[in-house]
Amino acid sequence: MENYSLGIDIGSTTVKTVVTDVNSNIVYSKYQRHLSKVRETVKDQLKIIQADYPNERFTVCITGSAGLGLANSAQIPFVQEVHAAFLAVKKKYPDADAVIELGGEDAKIIFLTGGVEQRMNGSCAGGTGAFIDQMATLLGISADELDKLSLRANKVYPIASRCGVFAKSDIQPLLNQGAGREDIAASIFQAVVDQTVSGLAQGRTIEGKVLFLGGPLFFLKGLKKAFVNTLGLDGEHALFPDEAPVFVAYGCSLYAANSEDTLTVGQIISRIDGAKISDSIVTGEPLFKSQAEYDEFIARHRKFDLGYADIRKYKGDAYLGIDAGSTTTKLVLITDDGRILYHHYSSNQGQPLDKIAEQLKIIYENLTPDIQIKGSAVTGYGEDLIKSGLMIDCGIVETVAHFKAAAYFCPDVDFIIDIGGQDIKCFKIKNGTIDSIMLNEACSSGCGSFIQTFAMALGYDIAEFSQLGLFARHPVDLGSRCTVFMNSSVKQAQKDGATVEDISAGLSSSIIKNAIYKVIRANSPDELGKNIVVQGGTFLNDAVLRSFEKEMGRNVIRPAISGLMGAFGCALYAKERSEGSSTLISAQELENFTYTSRSAQCGGCTANCQLNIISFGRGRRFISGNRCEKGGGQARRNNIPNLYEYKYSSIVSLGKSNQPKRPRARVGLPLALSFYEQMPFWNTLFCELGFETVFSDESSRQMYYLGQHTIPSDTVCYPAKLTHGHIENLLDKGVDFIFYPCMSYNIDEGQSDNHFNCPVVAYYPELLLANNPRLNDKNFIHPYLDLNNKKNVIRVLSGSLKKYNIKGKIPDAVHLAYRAAKAYRRDAAVKAAEIIRQARAENRKIIVLAGRPYHIDKEINHGIQKLITSLGMAVVTEDSVAMLAGTPDLKVLNQWTYHARLYRAANFVASQPDMQLVQLVSFGCGIDAVTSDEVRSVLESRGKLYTQLKIDEINNLGAARIRLRSLAAAAEQK
Amino acid sequence: MADYVKFTEDMKKTHTILVPDMLPVHFRLIIAIFTAEGYKMHLLQNDSRRVVDEGLKNVHNDACYPALLVIGQFMDALNSGKFDPDKTALLITQTGGGCRASNYIYLLRKAVARNYPQIPVVSLNFSGLEKDSAFRITPLMFVKMLYAVVYGDLLMSCYNKCRAYEIKKGESKKILNKWQNRICNMFRKKSNMYLRLEKISKDILDDFAKIPLTDEKKIRVGIVGEIYVKYSPLANNHLEDFLISEGCEPVVPALLEFVMYCAAGNFNDADLYDNHTKSSFLNLAGYRLIYSIQKRMRRIMEKQGSFEPFHDFEHLRSLADKYINQGVVMGEGWLIPAEMAALAKSGVDNIICTQPFGCLPNHIVAKGMSRAIKQDNPDANIVAIDYDPGATRVNQENRIKLMLANARK
Repeated sequence: MENYSLGIDIGSTTVKTVVTDVNSNIVYSKYQRHLSKVRETVKDQLKIIQADYPNERFTVCITGSAGLGLANSAQIPFVQEVHAAFLAVKKKYPDADAVIELGGEDAKIIFLTGGVEQRMNGSCAGGTGAFIDQMATLLGISADELDKLSLRANKVYPIASRCGVFAKSDIQPLLNQGAGREDIAASIFQAVVDQTVSGLAQGRTIEGKVLFLGGPLFFLKGLKKAFVNTLGLDGEHALFPDEAPVFVAYGCSLYAANSEDTLTVGQIISRIDGAKISDSIVTGEPLFKSQAEYDEFIARHRKFDLGYADIRKYKGDAYLGIDAGSTTTKLVLITDDGRILYHHYSSNQGQPLDKIAEQLKIIYENLTPDIQIKGSAVTGYGEDLIKSGLMIDCGIVETVAHFKAAAYFCPDVDFIIDIGGQDIKCFKIKNGTIDSIMLNEACSSGCGSFIQTFAMALGYDIAEFSQLGLFARHPVDLGSRCTVFMNSSVKQAQKDGATVEDISAGLSSSIIKNAIYKVIRANSPDELGKNIVVQGGTFLNDAVLRSFEKEMGRNVIRPAISGLMGAFGCALYAKERSEGSSTLISAQELENFTYTSRSAQCGGCTANCQLNIISFGRGRRFISGNRCEKGGGQARRNNIPNLYEYKYSSIVSLGKSNQPKRPRARVGLPLALSFYEQMPFWNTLFCELGFETVFSDESSRQMYYLGQHTIPSDTVCYPAKLTHGHIENLLDKGVDFIFYPCMSYNIDEGQSDNHFNCPVVAYYPELLLANNPRLNDKNFIHPYLDLNNKKNVIRVLSGSLKKYNIKGKIPDAVHLAYRAAKAYRRDAAVKAAEIIRQARAENRKIIVLAGRPYHIDKEINHGIQKLITSLGMAVVTEDSVAMLAGTPDLKVLNQWTYHARLYRAANFVASQPDMQLVQLVSFGCGIDAVTSDEVRSVLESRGKLYTQLKIDEINNLGAARIRLRSLAAAAEQK
Repeated sequence: MADYVKFTEDMKKTHTILVPDMLPVHFRLIIAIFTAEGYKMHLLQNDSRRVVDEGLKNVHNDACYPALLVIGQFMDALNSGKFDPDKTALLITQTGGGCRASNYIYLLRKAVARNYPQIPVVSLNFSGLEKDSAFRITPLMFVKMLYAVVYGDLLMSCYNKCRAYEIKKGESKKILNKWQNRICNMFRKKSNMYLRLEKISKDILDDFAKIPLTDEKKIRVGIVGEIYVKYSPLANNHLEDFLISEGCEPVVPALLEFVMYCAAGNFNDADLYDNHTKSSFLNLAGYRLIYSIQKRMRRIMEKQGSFEPFHDFEHLRSLADKYINQGVVMGEGWLIPAEMAALAKSGVDNIICTQPFGCLPNHIVAKGMSRAIKQDNPDANIVAIDYDPGATRVNQENRIKLMLANARK
């Protein structure tokens, strides 16, 4: 009897089996989603094979990320999946040059010619197939529909490509602003392509014949198209094999063919049956020990509910509240005394405006002439759009809306936590005002929508899925990091045989741990106070609510309208503000309500914001995407001073003066990292020495792409990543050499324990030299020097610039350079004082936007300072006020110059009644893990609010806008 | 700097000092030195999921993984009720320098102050930090510790080699235990026995050499990286055990290299920045002393012949110069590329670079230098693995398996 080989590929979402005969021909193959029932699915597939080959003997092997545990315990050989793919490619397509494979959660590249290399995405750059599924869920459609939409796209929006969570926070606001779904679909695929090409190729060009493998690349035409276009491949060089979905399983069976041991399918099944479930998963306590405990819990929470009134019988005034959230739409209509006439909660499916208009129509249909809507208010991501589209009376910040609603249920509330689709918002209440606000960061946004996506991926509806977890006996411990990590934790739990019930309960508890330890950063329940109100759609989920109570060790209040609290707060606010009539769109106008959207580019300034213009007819329109009011279609002039712009333009314009007439050489100085503070020093120095100084061009997304291929570490901060583009830019300008010193130490300002640079700022030139093949020791001068020691600077420069024979001129030039550096700092401080004076004269609040010198780069701060001035507040920098106060009492080692300024600036702000501090943190800045807690405690110990804005390459300011408005609103109340 | 609980003279008698599980082989020896001086010490071994959970509770999530684990391990131990909080102190190593790691002790103190305000935290350092503590390293203890590192390295490397090939399972472990006990005894006694480097080392080498080994050819896998993650099984998910179960031989560079790297960094900075101080001269002198001991150890190993000697440190320095300036001294700095290059040059082509997720210096010295090292050593097969409370073992092991599949080709 002839022997067959069987390859079993168990991925994160699918199981694939392939049978090959002695000639390595595929005689059977199957591709199937396993919905986390790994073992059952494998067995089902094996039984199908068994029916056709009951007595034949097979060599067998398992591969795939979820197959490792099963292979070990069933004592079946295992082959790493990239290697399996490699074997299959060698056999079938020996002339391929590169292979790109996208799986459920992994992305892989194999380079076959010019040095074989196999690469996988790191642990951060998570989802690909799963990412597409997640995005499709977000749009309320299937992956196939997403694919069809993408083929009709007209434009592609830039979406962060590094990580699924980031991309999501880019897409969500686009949806809420009414961008076309076709375009978003195409943008999602483009993001996957960018992620694969930049994250994996890391400097190696993908060229020649490229083979595309894996499910997503087989089924999704739009994705194929995006890859082919981006890589510039023609039909001959882009290979999409018919067996792509099972290709790895095929490689796995080829690997199996080399084995001596043969089994019948029946024997394989019994091995899999006999495999012990590993006991390596960590489990927690069940959420409820008994039905009785659950009943008590339900009864306790039922107490917090509102009255209801019948919309057809009620006579009197009514108020409308709308919460246009990131993924859901909430709407309530209340009576004068707070009873509910109508309520609605649903997913907005990426079309918030349509959804709300639809609901409003239903309200108008039911409304009797006895009811007058006397006011309306809207909050949430879609606030501006809804407000102008439906002519709502007023818009309010989410935080205010939620506080209003919570206080209605619990007047002496101490703490409110709201977990919505994409946000976690927490506020501490003191003396009836919001005392501090905590919001989740872009990175940890795995909130409500995460559970939902997961439920759907496992084939459940959200309510059903969370109900499953209530009585799970061994909830899995899934950790508390971001979505991507949770995905792989779930994968591991599945591999180890956890049940769906256990996973459901585990996910609920992860969300809670994420909120408590990452967002609130609480150490004990006492910190939150006695009266805690929880709300947001996610808390309607009993498992999540129970996890919260268990983790905190105390009972909390969850209003029955938990998911509607934002809308309810709006309605209450509308009532307070009502002047007897409402501007709300009338029933008749609503009947004819339509809108069109188009995109355009703002030419108001060099930021060139991408605008999205929605016209509602009759000249009414809504513009989004603009950072400042210029693009907003309103010609309001704004002269609110802003030190960020001032500092930036004084650095950028430096290069244009005092250039020597006959330069001895052209030296390139990158506009990056430490140069944002030291440019006056180096520019003066080189000009004085007779060099022409050439700056790299101003940062932009294009500048980032220019150097993207030389970035070796995808988790380093964005300011560092941008540096790569500046280097390429300078090389393109044909400078004679680039000067970029390494400095362990920054300037000693005498106010801290030490004066280091962070490791990235200190040594980035070393990394640039090692990763940009165009750089060498001749065209890239990167000496080590200490600016605190003039002698050292002179000695080092004399060595570095030896070939120009200017040793004698160096001391004087260095002297002038120091003077220029000092003058620059002094000038900024004088300007800051002027801004503060002017703001005070105009009775404006002042924001100290505290970051690092390089945060003045527009591509790094994304124009946040403009957002602040558009709210009517003036902006100064941390370094311009740091010298006005001493170092506060700190509990950490204060040893970095830039960070030491943060502490002093915070200390200063704490003493100024009209100032607030907003800390800008670049994603990936590990040092800010130390500083942010300290800055917060310096501010909060003196009754100030702490606001942190995390920024990365994401270009969307939706979340920042909410935080800043909340800050403004809370500061106003204090 | 805010006030914190000091470790006083009387506490020496009354308090048990808890020590985190960082280098399992070395720390046992070091504890014996303190026991000899009258301190009571306890090496923590708790490594359940609770350690990570306590870490997450008490440290900022974006702080690095080593800080999270060390602090989590302490808090978990204190919460277990096994230690009387009124009679317990905590020990943590402190290196100083521009890396965030310099802040560990402060983060630990913050966490302790919130939960157990009476517990003092003592700093183990060699830079004269925290002079007001009664926890002091005398010159004699310093010398003993140096020898503890040297013997610890020798035991660790012989053990890893033999364990991968031993025919009778557990035999290497027995020899390791035997010698750990013996050396601990030497440190506890008043004699200077431990100074007999040649004799003791030769005996150790001979003992390990007697273990019957298979003559299989195994893949040798070098482990470099951030100091805590590289050595601590708690942090790296028992990486050495995993490699052995995969049929590989783990090759872990010596701790002494890190000690010498620190000393060299100090006097090298003095040269770079024209800042010669007493400390830089002391470091130079210390470096020379340690280097001479390393040279002796290399000679002993060469002469005995059964085991590969450690990398000569001056050789490491010259290898570093090919890729990076020795001015890169934050974290593990230039030592990582130097060790990677040395491993590749000595035929250990497969290298795992362990690092906490988002480690700042490692952007530069590990991921940042891989390309250059691969270019010079085309056979080098380097994989960077991130460790983090959320990173799963399956994810890490899958990437290591990919590296091994490449190695087996």
